[in-house]
Amino acid sequence: MINPTEYVPKCYYPRVSTYWWVARWAYLKFILREVSSVFVAWIVVVTLLQIQALTRGPAEYEESQKWLASPLIVALNVISFLFLIFHTVTWFNLAPKAMVVRLRGKRLPAAAVAAPNYAVWVLLSAAVAWIVLRS
Amino acid sequence: MDSSAKLIMGRRSNEPFLWLLFSAGGVVAAMLLPIHLFLFGFAFPLGWLKGPSYESLLALLRHPVTRFYLLVFCCLPLFHWAHRFRFTLYDGLQIKHLNELINIFCYGGAIVGTAVAVYLLWNIP
Repeated sequence: MINPTEYVPKCYYPRVSTYWWVARWAYLKFILREVSSVFVAWIVVVTLLQIQALTRGPAEYEESQKWLASPLIVALNVISFLFLIFHTVTWFNLAPKAMVVRLRGKRLPAAAVAAPNYAVWVLLSAAVAWIVLRS
Repeated sequence: MDSSAKLIMGRRSNEPFLWLLFSAGGVVAAMLLPIHLFLFGFAFPLGWLKGPSYESLLALLRHPVTRFYLLVFCCLPLFHWAHRFRFTLYDGLQIKHLNELINIFCYGGAIVGTAVAVYLLWNIP
């Protein structure tokens, strides 16, 4: 069989700047949304460190609480929180674009598809807070 | 089918699975991470709210449901990061020649993080 890749026509691709995403707000928003994943990973790492501290005893846990209250970590977590909210909002608002819901043959408006996501978000957040605070 | 065609198709078939992990991780990250960061990153360490005592938090952590929850909480968002960060480097910085290294770093990182989570959650005293 012929190698299919040999038959890809050679086109002219103009060189795209490495900083192409700075030019427009829509592009910048796209890259910021992608970068939010780094802060998602960071929060998972923080969670793992906290689990480790908890399993190592009260002294270690106390130490981890102090570390979390240090200015550098607080600053990093404030930035993380903003990125997490940005991720949540962009993720929920993507739902109507990814999924076309029809009711009696009519397409549901975007807000009606996104709204249940926000409702579940509020409910789950309240449930987590309730379980942790009650314990 | 020659080997190169197989290779191309083989590579393509991984993508939906990775995308599924990315998508599931995106949902977990959107739904659960903000409240966790608010409580354990700000409210308790900074004293905004009176957090649970060490003993009660450990008791909560010991519960099998909590362990499973935290495994999902850690694992899926890590794969979400892996997938998204891979394309951030690919599209944003256009580092295309280091593709394999980036894949190993991203998905490898997610696998290592998951292994650490399994280890920690399995060995709770």
